[in-house]
Amino acid sequence: MIVRAARRAIFIGLVAGIAAWHLSLVGLIPAFAQRRLVGDTLTFSYALLIALLALAAFATGRRYPGAAQRIPWGILSALVSSLMLFLLALLVTHLNLRQILLNATPELARVLTFGGGASGAGLVRLLLIGLLAGLFAGGLSALPRPWGRVIVSAALMTLLLGLLRDVLGPLLPQVVTSFLYGTAGLSLAGAVVTFLLAAVLFTLRWSLRANAVTARATAAVPATVRQPVIQALLLLILASVPLWAGLFLSNVADFVGFYILMGLGLNLVLGFAGLLDLGYVAFFAVGAYTMAVLTSPEVGQRFTLDFWVALPIAVVTTVLAGLLVGLPVLRMRGDYLAIATLGFGEIVRLLVLSDWLKPYLGGAQGVTRIARPSIASWRIDSPQEFYLLVLISCLFAWFLSVRLRDSRLGRSWFAIREDEHVAQAMGINRVTVKLSAFAIGASFGGLSGALFASLVGSVVPASFSLLVSINVVALLVLGGMGSLPGVVVGALALVGLPELLREFQEYRLLVYGIVLIAMMLFRPAGLLPERIHRRELEEAVEEAREIAPAEIATGRG
Amino acid sequence: MVLLETSHLTKRFGGLVALRDVDLVVQERAIHSVIGPNGAGKTTLFNCITGFLVPDAGDIRFSGTSITGLRPDLVARLGIARTYQNIRLFRHLSVLDNVLIGLHPHINYSLLDAILRTPRYRRAERAAEREARELLAFVGLAGKEFFTAANLPYGDQRRLEIARALALRPKLLLLDEPTAGMNPHETEEMIRLIRRLRDERGITILLIEHDMKVVMNISDVVTVLDFGEKIAEGTPEEVRRDPRVIEAYLGRGAASGLGPSTLPLPGEA
Repeated sequence: MIVRAARRAIFIGLVAGIAAWHLSLVGLIPAFAQRRLVGDTLTFSYALLIALLALAAFATGRRYPGAAQRIPWGILSALVSSLMLFLLALLVTHLNLRQILLNATPELARVLTFGGGASGAGLVRLLLIGLLAGLFAGGLSALPRPWGRVIVSAALMTLLLGLLRDVLGPLLPQVVTSFLYGTAGLSLAGAVVTFLLAAVLFTLRWSLRANAVTARATAAVPATVRQPVIQALLLLILASVPLWAGLFLSNVADFVGFYILMGLGLNLVLGFAGLLDLGYVAFFAVGAYTMAVLTSPEVGQRFTLDFWVALPIAVVTTVLAGLLVGLPVLRMRGDYLAIATLGFGEIVRLLVLSDWLKPYLGGAQGVTRIARPSIASWRIDSPQEFYLLVLISCLFAWFLSVRLRDSRLGRSWFAIREDEHVAQAMGINRVTVKLSAFAIGASFGGLSGALFASLVGSVVPASFSLLVSINVVALLVLGGMGSLPGVVVGALALVGLPELLREFQEYRLLVYGIVLIAMMLFRPAGLLPERIHRRELEEAVEEAREIAPAEIATGRG
Repeated sequence: MVLLETSHLTKRFGGLVALRDVDLVVQERAIHSVIGPNGAGKTTLFNCITGFLVPDAGDIRFSGTSITGLRPDLVARLGIARTYQNIRLFRHLSVLDNVLIGLHPHINYSLLDAILRTPRYRRAERAAEREARELLAFVGLAGKEFFTAANLPYGDQRRLEIARALALRPKLLLLDEPTAGMNPHETEEMIRLIRRLRDERGITILLIEHDMKVVMNISDVVTVLDFGEKIAEGTPEEVRRDPRVIEAYLGRGAASGLGPSTLPLPGEA
């Protein structure tokens, strides 16, 4: 028994250690050594390493029922990982590996040993931290139900706040900023206060949720009143973004908006109708290039249209493109569909890049001098002003998504997604239903592209790479397929966050990979999964009849 | 009155002849069973009727018009609904949505109505929901509207599949082994439900069934297929005594007087 448990603990420790080796040698860990999160000592690198040690301890401990086993085996795992870190530190100090591994520098050894260096002092320091991390993780998992979660969430919040210092600092009132933040990252006092505040908030939220059922029954304000109030407040906050956010943040918000639009569009195709389209960037490109060609004086017939005339034309063009893509792939499903659409995405990119179409589409140099919208004498020019346009577009796309979802067409999409054969046997015309998904889904992408072209003022083929398609699919997976709030969360997490954390840029794909694998393992339905939604028309009648999970039998009854 | 008629229906898969010259006549408001050993072509027959397979030869007529080679969704709209041998529900959708999808051809409003939530949309949706709930009550699933289909117990899933098929407002309902995997009690209930479909709703039933007790119990007419050919047809009693049927089921010796002279019912032989 003991041998088995020890072997397991050591194995997990080794795995975590290898993960740390990988992250170190690709440069992720050293790159974040300059980013201080709390005070002068806790850098992002240290936080990552400690998190890895704690994760190893947690993964080892969770197998066992009580703290008496969780904590010692967890500590063993964390210690093994610490030793792995020290081993790497030794290696990079005494062997010159830089010929092959660019990041194997003496500096890395210092980071890996938490400043101690590849010596006895460093080893002691590492083992001590491993011990503490193991103790912490083991202790957390031994705490009763909500507390472990509350502490971890609060700690993550604190780290996030530290990370976003440069973004949040200028936005907050001077007094708050100077208290919260030091020269880099949070000040110690700021960190403690943030942590406590976050802990209180998470506890509150948890207890609210635990009482949700009774709260709903006794709520003084019925849902029909509460919901519009919440929606109105949310809208007010969203609309006020340009007032308090600076140029940089507004720009980020605009890009998040473009991805929300694309996400909502692909959601119709992939989330609702279940058609895996890996070439969604094609529609983004068609929208952008239509806007460019119609409004820029540089290409084509050298005529220019007003933004407001070009916008609907761009959307209609994308709808046609959606039909064009949809028609030949009607009979395809799953992998085959994915590969065919992947091809379409590339075709569009190669077309706009080609010399053949250069007189019309600008070739590799792309098109510049694309029109900005103006209303009467007000020219919508800055990212702040543009944000409103993006916001309205997103709200419109959201609104359409909801209305379509709750309609006969939406149900047909679901039916096709669930079982195409049976859907047909239910009288659903596969051709029109699939094409409508492609066409309407494409139009959101086209709208996004047209706005993008206008905001940036220029389009180049490089902006329409496969990565855009992957981004959109990934944000759907992260948020939860078919879930509209999931699209927003996904876009914020996958587009907004990396924009704010510039150091991530280089490791974006690595982080994507890790995030997606973790999602598939732990939350395959996404962060905000789509639930069976009740029909709004009948909601009042049904509110009393909550489905008790215990009543739901599974399998053969 | 003849509701469904196939003549010389033939379907080949490569060298295998799944159906050969099958002539089938289903009378209106009949409960008509198709039986036969595994691989006799029963499900292929269903797939040809519902339009998922295009027959190589022969004709299928429904209410007097030919539906041979018609697209499946158009066949469904004409009033032919079906269930599946291995239950095929829209598993991740609610019970109610499953039935509402079946009502799809009978809901009339445009996309614009749906986007603007016009009175026409509200009226149609409300009517559809009322009908769906009524159908669920008919098959005994009232109160389970918002369960996820996959979470229903097995017997309920079969009922839901029937409710969904009923939503098409079919004239002809094809049931592919509706009692497969059911215990005797559930089977009893299913038999009662099938009778009610015919008696209360006037729906003609064509069913594939392996459970002889069920077949003998509810069928007006039984058609026997073997290796894609129709080998017998008649009332349950006639079919049970037919030597060719006994041979098909029990082997050659059985028909020559060595074995039982009628097809045994389960628990009898």
